[in-house]
Amino acid sequence: MYATPLDLPDFEEEVVTEAHVRYLEPRGLGGRAAIITLDNGYDHTKPSSFGPGGLKNLWRALDEVEAAEGVKLVAVTGKPFIFLAGADIKLMPSLESREQGLMLAQAGHSLYKRLKASAVPTFAFINGVALGGGFELALHCHYRTVSTTANGLGLPEVSIGLIPGWGGSQILPNLIGVEKAAQVIVGNPLNQNKMLRGTDLVPMGIADAQFEGADFLEESLDWAVKVATGEITVQRPEVDRDSWPQVIAGVRHLVEEKVHNASAAAVRAVDLLELARTASFEEGSLAEDEALADLEAGPQFQASIYAFNLVRALGKRPEGAPSPGLAKEVGKVGVVGAGLMAGQIALMFARRLEVPVVMTDLDAARAERGLAYVRSEIDKLESKGRVSKLKAAKLRALVSASALKSVYADCDLVIEAVFEELKVKQAVFAEVESIVSEECLLVTNTSGLSVTAMASQLAHPERLVGMHFFNPVAVMPLVEVIPTDKTDNETLATAYAVAKKLKKTAVGSADRPAFIVNRLLGRMLAEVTGVVDAGTPIEVADVALDDLGLPMRPFALLELVGLQVSWHLCQHLNEDLGPRFPASENLRRLAEADFPVFDASAKGKGKLTEEAKALVELGNQPATAEEVKQRVLRGLAEEVQLMLDEGVVPSPKQVDLAMIMGAGFPFWLGGLTPYLDRAGVSAEVSGKPFGAMG
Amino acid sequence: MNDTIRDVVFVDGVRTPFGKAGKLFEETRADDMIIRCIRSLLRRNPGLPPERVDEVALAATTQIGDQGLTLGRTAALLAGLPRSVPGYSIDRMCAGAMTAVTSVSSAIAARQYDIAIAGGVESMSNHPMGEGVDPNPRIVAERLVDPDALQMGFTAENLHDLYPSITKDRADAYAVGTQQRYAAAVERLQDDITTMAARSDEGWTVAVADELPRPETTLEGLASLRTPFRPHGRVTAGTSAPLTDGATACLLADAETAAELGLPVAMRMVGFAFAGVDPETMGSGPIPSTEKALARAGLSIEDIGLIEINEAFAVQVLAFLEHFKIADDDPRVNPWGGAIAMGHPLASSGVRLMTQLAREFAAHPEVRYGITTMCVGLGQGGTVIWENPNFKGAK
Repeated sequence: MYATPLDLPDFEEEVVTEAHVRYLEPRGLGGRAAIITLDNGYDHTKPSSFGPGGLKNLWRALDEVEAAEGVKLVAVTGKPFIFLAGADIKLMPSLESREQGLMLAQAGHSLYKRLKASAVPTFAFINGVALGGGFELALHCHYRTVSTTANGLGLPEVSIGLIPGWGGSQILPNLIGVEKAAQVIVGNPLNQNKMLRGTDLVPMGIADAQFEGADFLEESLDWAVKVATGEITVQRPEVDRDSWPQVIAGVRHLVEEKVHNASAAAVRAVDLLELARTASFEEGSLAEDEALADLEAGPQFQASIYAFNLVRALGKRPEGAPSPGLAKEVGKVGVVGAGLMAGQIALMFARRLEVPVVMTDLDAARAERGLAYVRSEIDKLESKGRVSKLKAAKLRALVSASALKSVYADCDLVIEAVFEELKVKQAVFAEVESIVSEECLLVTNTSGLSVTAMASQLAHPERLVGMHFFNPVAVMPLVEVIPTDKTDNETLATAYAVAKKLKKTAVGSADRPAFIVNRLLGRMLAEVTGVVDAGTPIEVADVALDDLGLPMRPFALLELVGLQVSWHLCQHLNEDLGPRFPASENLRRLAEADFPVFDASAKGKGKLTEEAKALVELGNQPATAEEVKQRVLRGLAEEVQLMLDEGVVPSPKQVDLAMIMGAGFPFWLGGLTPYLDRAGVSAEVSGKPFGAMG
Repeated sequence: MNDTIRDVVFVDGVRTPFGKAGKLFEETRADDMIIRCIRSLLRRNPGLPPERVDEVALAATTQIGDQGLTLGRTAALLAGLPRSVPGYSIDRMCAGAMTAVTSVSSAIAARQYDIAIAGGVESMSNHPMGEGVDPNPRIVAERLVDPDALQMGFTAENLHDLYPSITKDRADAYAVGTQQRYAAAVERLQDDITTMAARSDEGWTVAVADELPRPETTLEGLASLRTPFRPHGRVTAGTSAPLTDGATACLLADAETAAELGLPVAMRMVGFAFAGVDPETMGSGPIPSTEKALARAGLSIEDIGLIEINEAFAVQVLAFLEHFKIADDDPRVNPWGGAIAMGHPLASSGVRLMTQLAREFAAHPEVRYGITTMCVGLGQGGTVIWENPNFKGAK
């Protein structure tokens, strides 16, 4: 039996979305229009979604509309700003068996199919957020209008380990062609889950008409009446079926390149897109049902939901942050240094805090150069339309530079971004402390030096805190917040409040070497360089972790971070944390090479030049890729356990959140520790799993 | 300096459907209603480059909340007019939109504007009459104005006292007539009604028609209604304009600019006047304002072929007709029905009268002049005289 919504068991925690039906008689229609409004009764901060109750409500609404006399068109829309955000994600973990997952998939299909098969023309008026199952509902309607002000549109399922399985994978490629459909279904979710905007839909062929937000519903209805009466004929270009196999091959290659097929959902989505070329709608629906049921029962989806909730909940309310009420106002910011990192930090503070930001450097020329860099970045933002003309002018007015540190006198927060050397930083803070008020926050952007050591020479060490931003600071969403034993609550609360204003996800870390992300990436690189030193060819070691689907292979990471910086970090970790972080001889050689180490023609791929390869000296104990992988995983499990023992973070959740936001570790691994548990490595290394997913 | 006065033309007008207060538009913002009117007006007149609009004058009686914040400016911005287009708010209670029209028209005639948008809105659901008012204590202490003057129903009963010949039966008959005229014209009125989205707990709908008319109204039915403003009085809900939500907007231009842009000319403004009367019998306001406007224009009531008079109360229309010796059922008066049928969203009604007169002009090329007139709370009347560009000579 193929399930309908009426077969689904209720889900107690569901915030049920109603499907209100209202009828009206628009001029010229010669009958009635039924408008169905999807609304969960809350404002836009709680988007409507579908669980069993919501599906049932729309099912019954369609029963009612079908039975009603003289209905000439049916339109579905949503509450203000929200069309429908898709299936209720809270519901998913409660699915107890593959059977239940299959039923939910079937119920969605049974429901949406009615909109597609309707004898009366059906319309989706996409007034706002339409994600996943919401987007698919719209795809089943015969016609779609979209508000130009709508945001948050798309099929993000692959990003959480699923596929668009309520018709999305089959309808979309047949509507707009497989190339664009693959972009929406696979490309965007793997590209930081990029969403579509209202104005994207008509050019892409997804919607048939767009109207401005001010009178979107009225104009949509007017248009729908003209379509229903034949006054307007909707033209859609023929989909190119000849190039379909070629496009699929390209997408498969992309998934291989980008995530090394580690995402089961992405692979499955490509299979479905391929199928959509020839499958009947029924066949396609059945294939979607099976794929959804498989994936929902699989480990990647569970890990993805964990990661999704981690980012949403813990990312917004950081563990260990004092009451936000203790935070001090920050009305002016000082940045010590006018180099590249300092400039980026200055611009970010000006842009997000909208307060004066003053940079200093050793002399006027350097300060001027730093300011010129910031101004050129503002120009870029303006020319790309990322900030308005007025906002650009405001930023130019807010950021200044000087050679005199006296400009810090009235700052509320001074952050240093000078050379990564304890003595240099101590000297900076000593000088700054003599200028600023006693309340002024002192912040270090160190990536791993001891914050406690920096505080040790201050008259007021309680106002020093570490805030470690990742490069490029404007893009990377993580900041590690590092209090010392002396840091007071006001200072720490202010650091978290500032992080929030900077739109960063803050994760607290104890003042231990390299904090969280760099310590774990450092351990990973240490293991990889270690096996190379021992005799494993780079080509083998570099691909050993491919099936995790990390955003970068180890040598690409080295290329991005820079060999000198990596070598510096390597030595520093070796000194502070011991032989688990061996000072790799090969890394030293590459870092000290006076010629290009990485192949410029394959920039970003971590490919060594022939000259550099010649520098590498392999030992006589080569390992297989599988052995390398196990060694790295064991190393990471050991390091996480040590970090927990040392109290770097209170639980493995902070590790996972930091690795997701700071190192781009994928949702399907759950960050890091759920994968280590699943692979059995944590139990092997420390006798028990981390158990972060509960 | 060019000191000649220019001709002002009424290009086009639209309104939302009118809703019963507390019903259809209860959860609809007033500013959204007038924004919809402005956008519809621009869509209906694609020849008008929006940046050519020199002023947006919008009226509301209660200028707070969604009717506040200098509605003329905020609604212009939110309607998507260029930021270079200025706007302001205006208030003369029921004659708000009418005053918006006469104000911008004066400036057009005086060569200060070429094109302007004028209109009005009232959400009586969310801004009931008297919301937030703070009458000066001298009104009572010095007996300057009878407190009756603040309650429009009382002033209507007072007008019956002043015109003993206007009986309840006559008022009821007038009300039945206006309901019937509206019902007969409802399709034609539709041309100037723009649809309006409305949300409630029951979801979205799009309002496409007036909510208030009662075409089934009979004399018998009206006779049985209670008289809420005075025991055994004469004024009932059936002979009063109901509490209404709605918005209107219109486009005015000088004749040359209209020609340059190819904008249609629906009416040409001849002149206007406002006049004061006793606040206690505010309904008589249109009498002196019409006399004044006619005198200034060098016309007499006999020259007027169509009269759009706002029906705040039947008695107030009948007082006007009695003064000008016009029959209660004269076909020149509100031929397509009036506010008793369709409703009276206070400050917006002035433009509704004009939009309707413009359509009637097109249907009556034998008529040369028409007027729009209305009474105003606290004792005022306003009258605008219009000339029919379709005039082909008297029959």
